[in-house]
Amino acid sequence: MPSSLVIAGRTIRSRLFMGTGKFSSNEQMRDALDASGAELVTVALRRADLSGKHDPFANILEFIDPKRYLLMPNTSGAMNAEEAVRLCRISAGAGLPKWVKLEIHPDPRYLLPDAVETLKAAEILVKEGFTVLPYINADPVLALRLQDAGCATVMPLGSPIGSHRGIETRAQIEIIIEQARVPVVVDAGLGAPSQAAEAMEMGADAVLVNTAIAVAGDPSRMARAFKSAVEAGREAYEVGIASPGKTAQATSPLTGFLKS
Amino acid sequence: MKNRVAQFEQLILPCPGERLEAMAAESRALTLRHFGSTMRLFAPLYLSNECVNVCRYCGFSRDNPILRVTLTPGQVETEARHLMQQGFRNILLVAGEHPRFVSEHYLVECVQRLRTLGLPSVHLEVGPMETEDYRPIVAAGAEGLVVYQETYDRKIYAEMHTVGPKKDYDWRLACPDRAYAAGFRRIGIGALFGLSEWRAEATALAVHLDALLSRCWKAFFTVSLPRLRPAAGEFQPLVQMSDRDLAQIVFALRIAFPQVGIVLSTRESPSLRDGLASLGITMMSAGSHTEPGGYTGAGKDDLHLTTRGKRMEASAELIRSEGEHATEQFAIADDRPVETVVSRIREMGYEPVWKDWDTGIQ
Repeated sequence: MPSSLVIAGRTIRSRLFMGTGKFSSNEQMRDALDASGAELVTVALRRADLSGKHDPFANILEFIDPKRYLLMPNTSGAMNAEEAVRLCRISAGAGLPKWVKLEIHPDPRYLLPDAVETLKAAEILVKEGFTVLPYINADPVLALRLQDAGCATVMPLGSPIGSHRGIETRAQIEIIIEQARVPVVVDAGLGAPSQAAEAMEMGADAVLVNTAIAVAGDPSRMARAFKSAVEAGREAYEVGIASPGKTAQATSPLTGFLKS
Repeated sequence: MKNRVAQFEQLILPCPGERLEAMAAESRALTLRHFGSTMRLFAPLYLSNECVNVCRYCGFSRDNPILRVTLTPGQVETEARHLMQQGFRNILLVAGEHPRFVSEHYLVECVQRLRTLGLPSVHLEVGPMETEDYRPIVAAGAEGLVVYQETYDRKIYAEMHTVGPKKDYDWRLACPDRAYAAGFRRIGIGALFGLSEWRAEATALAVHLDALLSRCWKAFFTVSLPRLRPAAGEFQPLVQMSDRDLAQIVFALRIAFPQVGIVLSTRESPSLRDGLASLGITMMSAGSHTEPGGYTGAGKDDLHLTTRGKRMEASAELIRSEGEHATEQFAIADDRPVETVVSRIREMGYEPVWKDWDTGIQ
């Protein structure tokens, strides 16, 4: 049995985290979440109704069963620490869980995270009792700083959101994984199940996937494919993957007789 | 730096059908990747059709003998409530340029009232202003500003805009930069097609966009490609741009500038809108009116004429013969009700996104 993932004292049943943007309908998103087996699900606060009035034109949250999923609001849209913190407070005030995916990307084109503002916001939010999962560039020192600030995980990107380019930041993520005392979640850029498996084989504790599933021809089937890949990658990591060598290794060793 | 403009110019060259088809496929795939299977919806809300400019092609042009009105902030609220009941959470406030009626104080009050109503996203399309005058509007909660250069051809621009502050080409051209400096997050630009040769116009628009993307890296840009529509004044387009040409610009923009929003309004026909919805467009209006008070009849007790921008009473007979409403800016081509447009978007496999912003952010 693969080991379980624990974040901020809570056991999370799946190492696949799901995003909820870009689906062609809320029903399709609900089905894909179901197929993914995910427990942790993130929703952009700007898409949700935070007024408590159950706005039928902003009802994405009604498609995510809070008994089944741990809803993790995200601060997408915030351009600085002040805005992100304000959003989190409003979200908590609206009764949403105090788990937040902290994302601050002032550049709307590549959606790359702002390290300075992210650290600033994380420090404030942790003090206010939020469980903070920050989306960051794959910067090992920043990861350590955020961990020291009390973040529950770090979430380095593999490549820009929605780019499907896989783990282009591999060397940096390896360092982050090596140094981390908190779970490392590879977020963004994973376009194929094989890329998710690669992250897991590297020793990432989890991955977060959205675009690759949401825009697939059949999101539910693609969610299942990612689920399998994440499980396979994790299992292989736990077993231990042999490092590649240059020479052939015979499956029946030549010197086997010496042991008998 | 990647030469996005050169790429764009290549993409809008005359091309055979197969090439256009391949561009459509690439445009669709890029849009899906960056924006998902979603369509952002908005509605225009006309505040005022009073104007001090003479623009030969515009229904609101100063000397057109049309019925005019500027809605009071209360009336603006009435119109907004109606749009919100239909589902809209993103409203574009539009006005002619008349600083006395549509002042920055008036705009601040309109934005504040709509935000108090719970409207998350307010955008403006009004006469260009100074950065300092924009700041209080941003502080009141406006998210975006839209300003079209109309034509990037200086000679034609001068011929089209003969009276009023809009005569100043450079003042208008620099407006998106002032909007950015004032803190608007979403900035819309565009050219009005039908005034000058479309390839040169589109290229100039791409040059402007490219420069803005470099200078204003925190803003999200949208591009509109409005074509001239019939309007008061009976101006006829100087050049034609076909549906195919428009589609080619949409695909070329998407391929050269994959992360930029592309808007398609009710100026275009239902069939063209439905066709392009999955091929690059990211934002649509629906059920639009282009006259102040068009949704609820607000302001119809104050209809009047203007002479050189100054108010004149209109006879009861004239008001009756004009249907007791202010004159529209232009005739729309897609007059399907909001629900019809929305069900069509769903049928095509797209999620209509009404709310994509929250008052909590700003």
